[in-house]
Amino acid sequence: MNDTPASAPAPAPNAPRPPSRGALAFAVIIIGLFFIGLMALLYYGVQQSDRPDRESLPSPLIGKPAPAFDLPLLHDSNRRATNATLAGEPYVMNVWGSWCPECRVEHPVLSRFALTKRVRFVGYNLKDERGDALRWLEQYGNPYMLVVADVEGRTAIDWGIYGAPETFLVDGKGIVRWKHVGAVTDAIIAQQLIPALEKIEAER
Amino acid sequence: MTLLLALLAAGAFAQTSDPAPLQFSDVAEEKRFHQLTAELRCVMCQNQSLADSNAQIAHDLRREVLAQMRLGKDDAQIKRYLVDRYGEFVLYRPTMQRGTLVLWFGPLALLLAGALIVWRIVRARSRQPVAEPDESQEW
Repeated sequence: MNDTPASAPAPAPNAPRPPSRGALAFAVIIIGLFFIGLMALLYYGVQQSDRPDRESLPSPLIGKPAPAFDLPLLHDSNRRATNATLAGEPYVMNVWGSWCPECRVEHPVLSRFALTKRVRFVGYNLKDERGDALRWLEQYGNPYMLVVADVEGRTAIDWGIYGAPETFLVDGKGIVRWKHVGAVTDAIIAQQLIPALEKIEAER
Repeated sequence: MTLLLALLAAGAFAQTSDPAPLQFSDVAEEKRFHQLTAELRCVMCQNQSLADSNAQIAHDLRREVLAQMRLGKDDAQIKRYLVDRYGEFVLYRPTMQRGTLVLWFGPLALLLAGALIVWRIVRARSRQPVAEPDESQEW
Protein backbone atom coordinates (compact mmCIF):
# COMPACT_ATOMS: atom_id res chain seq x y z
CA MET A 1 0.00 0.00 0.00
CA ASN A 2 1.40 3.27 -0.94
CA ASP A 3 0.97 5.67 1.98
CA THR A 4 1.28 9.28 1.04
CA PRO A 5 3.96 11.02 3.10
CA ALA A 6 2.74 12.83 6.24
CA SER A 7 3.94 16.21 5.08
CA ALA A 8 2.34 17.74 2.01
CA PRO A 9 4.48 17.33 -1.09
CA ALA A 10 5.94 20.46 -2.63
CA PRO A 11 3.47 21.86 -5.17
CA ALA A 12 4.08 20.83 -8.75
CA PRO A 13 5.46 23.69 -10.90
CA ASN A 14 2.11 24.11 -12.67
CA ALA A 15 -0.13 23.96 -9.55
CA PRO A 16 -2.06 27.12 -8.48
CA ARG A 17 -0.26 29.20 -5.83
CA PRO A 18 -1.94 29.39 -2.42
CA PRO A 19 -2.73 32.98 -1.38
CA SER A 20 0.01 34.72 0.53
CA ARG A 21 -0.25 35.18 4.29
CA GLY A 22 -0.82 38.91 3.89
CA ALA A 23 -3.64 38.54 1.40
CA LEU A 24 -5.32 35.94 3.61
CA ALA A 25 -5.14 38.15 6.69
CA PHE A 26 -6.51 41.06 4.66
CA ALA A 27 -9.43 38.97 3.40
CA VAL A 28 -10.23 37.77 6.91
CA ILE A 29 -10.23 41.33 8.23
CA ILE A 30 -12.48 42.57 5.43
CA ILE A 31 -14.93 39.72 5.92
CA GLY A 32 -14.84 40.23 9.68
CA LEU A 33 -15.61 43.94 9.33
CA PHE A 34 -18.42 43.18 6.89
CA PHE A 35 -19.89 40.68 9.34
CA ILE A 36 -19.63 43.11 12.24
CA GLY A 37 -21.26 45.77 10.07
CA LEU A 38 -24.15 43.45 9.27
CA MET A 39 -24.60 42.54 12.94
CA ALA A 40 -24.62 46.22 13.86
CA LEU A 41 -27.26 46.86 11.20
CA LEU A 42 -29.32 43.96 12.56
CA TYR A 43 -29.05 45.31 16.09
CA TYR A 44 -30.08 48.77 14.93
CA GLY A 45 -33.06 47.27 13.10
CA VAL A 46 -34.19 45.34 16.17
CA GLN A 47 -33.95 48.49 18.31
CA GLN A 48 -35.94 50.50 15.79
CA SER A 49 -38.68 47.87 15.58
CA ASP A 50 -39.15 48.11 19.34
CA ARG A 51 -40.08 51.78 19.34
CA PRO A 52 -43.70 52.41 20.34
CA ASP A 53 -44.08 54.89 17.47
CA ARG A 54 -42.57 52.62 14.81
CA GLU A 55 -45.76 52.71 12.75
CA SER A 56 -46.54 56.40 13.16
CA LEU A 57 -46.69 58.32 9.94
CA PRO A 58 -44.92 61.68 10.09
CA SER A 59 -47.47 64.36 9.40
CA PRO A 60 -47.10 66.41 6.22
CA LEU A 61 -49.17 69.11 7.93
CA ILE A 62 -46.37 70.28 10.21
CA GLY A 63 -45.61 73.89 9.35
CA LYS A 64 -48.74 74.18 7.21
CA PRO A 65 -52.05 75.83 8.07
CA ALA A 66 -54.52 73.63 9.88
CA PRO A 67 -57.19 72.26 7.51
CA ALA A 68 -60.44 74.20 7.44
CA PHE A 69 -63.09 72.53 9.52
CA ASP A 70 -66.68 73.23 10.44
CA LEU A 71 -68.03 70.70 12.92
CA PRO A 72 -70.86 70.60 15.43
CA LEU A 73 -70.10 70.53 19.13
CA LEU A 74 -70.57 67.22 20.84
CA HIS A 75 -72.52 68.70 23.75
CA ASP A 76 -74.73 70.94 21.63
CA SER A 77 -75.27 69.90 18.03
CA ASN A 78 -76.85 73.26 17.24
CA ARG A 79 -73.60 75.08 17.74
CA ARG A 80 -70.59 74.65 15.50
CA ALA A 81 -66.88 75.29 15.77
CA THR A 82 -64.61 76.35 12.91
CA ASN A 83 -60.99 77.43 12.60
CA ALA A 84 -62.12 80.97 13.35
CA THR A 85 -63.57 79.84 16.69
CA LEU A 86 -60.14 78.70 17.83
CA ALA A 87 -57.93 81.25 16.10
CA GLY A 88 -55.76 83.75 17.95
CA GLU A 89 -54.26 81.51 20.61
CA PRO A 90 -52.55 78.13 20.41
CA TYR A 91 -54.58 75.03 21.16
CA VAL A 92 -53.96 71.33 21.60
CA MET A 93 -56.46 69.10 19.85
CA ASN A 94 -56.85 65.53 21.00
CA VAL A 95 -58.55 63.00 18.72
CA TRP A 96 -60.45 60.37 20.70
CA GLY A 97 -63.40 58.01 20.59
CA SER A 98 -65.32 55.95 23.11
CA TRP A 99 -64.38 52.90 21.02
CA CYS A 100 -60.64 53.53 21.43
CA PRO A 101 -58.94 51.66 24.31
CA GLU A 102 -55.67 53.63 24.10
CA CYS A 103 -57.64 56.85 24.63
CA ARG A 104 -58.62 55.57 28.06
CA VAL A 105 -54.96 54.88 28.78
CA GLU A 106 -53.87 58.42 27.95
CA HIS A 107 -56.89 60.07 29.57
CA PRO A 108 -55.36 60.56 33.06
CA VAL A 109 -52.21 62.02 31.51
CA LEU A 110 -54.22 64.45 29.41
CA SER A 111 -56.49 65.36 32.31
CA ARG A 112 -53.49 66.30 34.44
CA PHE A 113 -52.11 68.35 31.56
CA ALA A 114 -55.43 70.09 30.97
CA LEU A 115 -55.63 71.02 34.65
CA THR A 116 -52.38 72.98 34.38
CA LYS A 117 -54.29 75.28 32.01
CA ARG A 118 -51.10 75.85 30.12
CA VAL A 119 -52.87 75.88 26.73
CA ARG A 120 -56.42 75.48 25.46
CA PHE A 121 -57.32 71.83 25.26
CA VAL A 122 -59.85 70.81 22.62
CA GLY A 123 -61.38 67.40 21.98
CA TYR A 124 -62.10 65.89 18.56
CA ASN A 125 -64.57 63.06 18.85
CA LEU A 126 -63.97 60.77 15.89
CA LYS A 127 -66.52 58.41 14.31
CA ASP A 128 -68.47 57.95 17.51
CA GLU A 129 -72.06 57.65 18.61
CA ARG A 130 -73.07 60.81 20.44
CA GLY A 131 -74.57 58.91 23.37
CA ASP A 132 -71.48 56.72 23.76
CA ALA A 133 -69.15 59.73 23.63
CA LEU A 134 -71.11 61.70 26.22
CA ARG A 135 -71.28 58.70 28.53
CA TRP A 136 -67.54 58.15 28.13
CA LEU A 137 -66.82 61.74 29.19
CA GLU A 138 -69.22 61.46 32.11
CA GLN A 139 -67.60 58.26 33.27
CA TYR A 140 -63.94 59.26 32.92
CA GLY A 141 -64.13 63.02 33.19
CA ASN A 142 -64.11 65.77 30.59
CA PRO A 143 -60.75 67.59 30.34
CA TYR A 144 -61.72 69.44 27.17
CA MET A 145 -62.62 73.09 26.80
CA LEU A 146 -64.91 72.02 24.00
CA VAL A 147 -65.42 68.87 21.96
CA VAL A 148 -66.21 68.80 18.25
CA ALA A 149 -67.90 65.75 16.82
CA ASP A 150 -66.87 64.25 13.49
CA VAL A 151 -69.27 61.36 13.04
CA GLU A 152 -68.51 60.57 9.40
CA GLY A 153 -64.75 61.06 9.61
CA ARG A 154 -64.67 63.21 6.48
CA THR A 155 -62.88 66.14 8.13
CA ALA A 156 -60.49 63.72 9.80
CA ILE A 157 -59.14 62.78 6.37
CA ASP A 158 -58.21 66.43 5.78
CA TRP A 159 -56.23 66.41 9.02
CA GLY A 160 -54.42 63.21 8.07
CA ILE A 161 -55.98 61.44 11.03
CA TYR A 162 -55.94 57.67 10.63
CA GLY A 163 -56.86 56.44 14.06
CA ALA A 164 -57.15 57.43 17.66
CA PRO A 165 -55.59 58.68 19.81
CA GLU A 166 -53.80 61.45 17.96
CA THR A 167 -52.85 64.85 19.34
CA PHE A 168 -52.13 68.08 17.46
CA LEU A 169 -50.63 71.38 18.56
CA VAL A 170 -51.81 74.36 16.51
CA ASP A 171 -50.45 77.86 17.10
CA GLY A 172 -52.33 81.14 17.29
CA LYS A 173 -51.92 81.75 13.58
CA GLY A 174 -53.51 78.41 12.75
CA ILE A 175 -50.31 76.62 11.75
CA VAL A 176 -49.95 72.98 12.80
CA ARG A 177 -46.76 72.78 14.85
CA TRP A 178 -46.70 69.28 16.31
CA LYS A 179 -48.51 66.00 16.02
CA HIS A 180 -48.32 62.83 18.01
CA VAL A 181 -49.85 59.51 16.98
CA GLY A 182 -50.65 57.14 19.82
CA ALA A 183 -51.21 57.55 23.53
CA VAL A 184 -49.58 60.60 25.06
CA THR A 185 -47.42 60.03 28.12
CA ASP A 186 -46.01 62.43 30.67
CA ALA A 187 -42.60 62.01 29.05
CA ILE A 188 -43.93 63.02 25.65
CA ILE A 189 -45.62 66.06 27.13
CA ALA A 190 -42.45 67.11 28.91
CA GLN A 191 -40.02 66.33 26.09
CA GLN A 192 -42.02 67.32 23.02
CA LEU A 193 -45.21 69.24 23.72
CA ILE A 194 -43.91 71.71 26.30
CA PRO A 195 -40.81 72.65 24.25
CA ALA A 196 -43.00 73.15 21.18
CA LEU A 197 -45.33 75.34 23.24
CA GLU A 198 -42.42 77.34 24.60
CA LYS A 199 -41.18 77.86 21.06
CA ILE A 200 -44.58 79.24 20.05
CA GLU A 201 -44.75 81.49 23.11
CA ALA A 202 -41.25 82.80 22.44
CA GLU A 203 -42.31 83.88 18.98
CA ARG A 204 -44.98 86.25 20.20
CA MET B 1 -75.69 32.70 24.51
CA THR B 2 -74.10 33.10 21.07
CA LEU B 3 -76.58 35.89 20.32
CA LEU B 4 -75.48 37.70 23.47
CA LEU B 5 -71.84 37.28 22.48
CA ALA B 6 -72.56 38.53 18.97
CA LEU B 7 -74.33 41.59 20.36
CA LEU B 8 -71.46 42.29 22.73
CA ALA B 9 -68.96 41.96 19.91
CA ALA B 10 -70.97 44.37 17.77
CA GLY B 11 -70.90 46.92 20.58
CA ALA B 12 -67.14 46.70 20.88
CA PHE B 13 -66.67 48.15 17.40
CA ALA B 14 -69.00 51.08 17.75
CA GLN B 15 -67.25 53.23 15.16
CA THR B 16 -69.89 54.67 12.94
CA SER B 17 -69.63 54.49 9.20
CA ASP B 18 -71.74 53.44 6.29
CA PRO B 19 -71.21 49.68 6.04
CA ALA B 20 -72.73 49.40 2.57
CA PRO B 21 -70.25 48.24 -0.09
CA LEU B 22 -69.22 50.76 -2.74
CA GLN B 23 -71.36 50.84 -5.85
CA PHE B 24 -69.65 51.48 -9.16
CA SER B 25 -71.45 53.09 -12.05
CA ASP B 26 -69.66 51.03 -14.70
CA VAL B 27 -66.95 48.45 -15.27
CA ALA B 28 -64.36 51.03 -16.34
CA GLU B 29 -64.81 52.95 -13.11
CA GLU B 30 -64.47 49.78 -11.08
CA LYS B 31 -61.32 48.77 -12.94
CA ARG B 32 -59.74 52.19 -12.46
CA PHE B 33 -60.71 52.18 -8.80
CA HIS B 34 -59.08 48.80 -8.20
CA GLN B 35 -55.90 49.79 -10.00
CA LEU B 36 -55.67 53.06 -8.12
CA THR B 37 -56.34 51.63 -4.67
CA ALA B 38 -53.84 48.83 -5.30
CA GLU B 39 -51.17 51.51 -5.62
CA LEU B 40 -52.09 53.21 -2.35
CA ARG B 41 -51.11 52.01 1.08
CA CYS B 42 -53.46 51.42 3.97
CA VAL B 43 -52.18 53.91 6.53
CA MET B 44 -53.21 51.73 9.46
CA CYS B 45 -52.26 48.22 8.28
CA GLN B 46 -49.21 49.48 6.56
CA ASN B 47 -48.21 46.25 4.87
CA GLN B 48 -51.44 46.11 2.91
CA SER B 49 -52.63 48.11 -0.01
CA LEU B 50 -55.70 50.29 0.32
CA ALA B 51 -57.52 47.81 -1.91
CA ASP B 52 -56.84 44.87 0.41
CA SER B 53 -57.14 46.32 3.88
CA ASN B 54 -60.15 45.88 6.13
CA ALA B 55 -59.25 48.65 8.55
CA GLN B 56 -61.87 51.30 9.27
CA ILE B 57 -59.70 54.06 7.84
CA ALA B 58 -59.23 51.99 4.68
CA HIS B 59 -63.01 51.82 4.21
CA ASP B 60 -63.21 55.59 4.65
CA LEU B 61 -60.30 56.31 2.32
CA ARG B 62 -61.68 54.00 -0.38
CA ARG B 63 -64.96 55.88 -0.17
CA GLU B 64 -63.01 59.14 -0.42
CA VAL B 65 -61.03 57.91 -3.45
CA LEU B 66 -64.26 56.99 -5.23
CA ALA B 67 -65.74 60.39 -4.38
CA GLN B 68 -62.66 62.12 -5.79
CA MET B 69 -62.85 59.99 -8.94
CA ARG B 70 -66.46 61.02 -9.40
CA LEU B 71 -65.45 64.68 -9.00
CA GLY B 72 -63.40 64.21 -12.14
CA LYS B 73 -59.93 64.13 -10.60
CA ASP B 74 -57.32 62.06 -12.42
CA ASP B 75 -55.09 59.46 -10.74
CA ALA B 76 -52.19 61.85 -10.19
CA GLN B 77 -54.44 64.42 -8.53
CA ILE B 78 -55.99 61.82 -6.23
CA LYS B 79 -52.57 60.55 -5.22
CA ARG B 80 -51.39 64.09 -4.54
CA TYR B 81 -54.55 64.70 -2.51
CA LEU B 82 -53.73 61.77 -0.24
CA VAL B 83 -50.00 62.56 -0.07
CA ASP B 84 -50.83 66.10 1.07
CA ARG B 85 -52.75 64.63 3.98
CA TYR B 86 -50.89 61.46 4.91
CA GLY B 87 -47.41 61.92 3.47
CA GLU B 88 -45.41 60.05 0.83
CA PHE B 89 -45.82 56.79 2.71
CA VAL B 90 -49.41 56.48 1.47
CA LEU B 91 -48.07 55.69 -2.01
CA TYR B 92 -47.57 51.96 -2.24
CA ARG B 93 -45.38 52.51 -5.30
CA PRO B 94 -42.74 55.01 -4.13
CA THR B 95 -42.08 57.98 -6.37
CA MET B 96 -38.67 58.53 -7.93
CA GLN B 97 -37.07 61.14 -5.73
CA ARG B 98 -33.68 61.86 -4.25
CA GLY B 99 -34.72 60.13 -1.04
CA THR B 100 -36.02 57.01 -2.75
CA LEU B 101 -33.16 56.50 -5.21
CA VAL B 102 -31.48 54.09 -2.78
CA LEU B 103 -34.75 52.20 -2.44
CA TRP B 104 -35.16 51.84 -6.19
CA PHE B 105 -31.57 51.26 -7.29
CA GLY B 106 -29.94 49.86 -4.15
CA PRO B 107 -30.61 46.18 -4.91
CA LEU B 108 -29.50 46.57 -8.52
CA ALA B 109 -26.34 48.34 -7.39
CA LEU B 110 -25.58 45.59 -4.90
CA LEU B 111 -26.15 42.97 -7.59
CA LEU B 112 -23.80 44.74 -9.99
CA ALA B 113 -21.16 45.16 -7.28
CA GLY B 114 -21.38 41.46 -6.49
CA ALA B 115 -21.16 40.57 -10.17
CA LEU B 116 -18.09 42.76 -10.54
CA ILE B 117 -16.37 41.05 -7.60
CA VAL B 118 -17.17 37.60 -8.97
CA TRP B 119 -15.90 38.61 -12.41
CA ARG B 120 -12.62 39.87 -11.01
CA ILE B 121 -12.09 36.76 -8.93
CA VAL B 122 -12.83 34.48 -11.87
CA ARG B 123 -10.48 36.47 -14.08
CA ALA B 124 -7.73 36.36 -11.47
CA ARG B 125 -8.22 32.64 -10.99
CA SER B 126 -8.19 31.96 -14.70
CA ARG B 127 -4.77 33.65 -14.95
CA GLN B 128 -3.32 31.21 -12.50
CA PRO B 129 -1.88 28.11 -14.13
CA VAL B 130 -4.14 25.08 -14.11
CA ALA B 131 -2.74 22.00 -12.39
CA GLU B 132 -1.77 19.19 -14.75
CA PRO B 133 -3.93 16.13 -14.13
CA ASP B 134 -1.87 13.63 -12.18
CA GLU B 135 -1.84 10.51 -14.35
CA SER B 136 -0.57 8.33 -11.52
CA GLN B 137 -3.99 8.46 -9.74
CA GLU B 138 -6.59 5.91 -10.70
CA TRP B 139 -9.48 8.23 -10.68
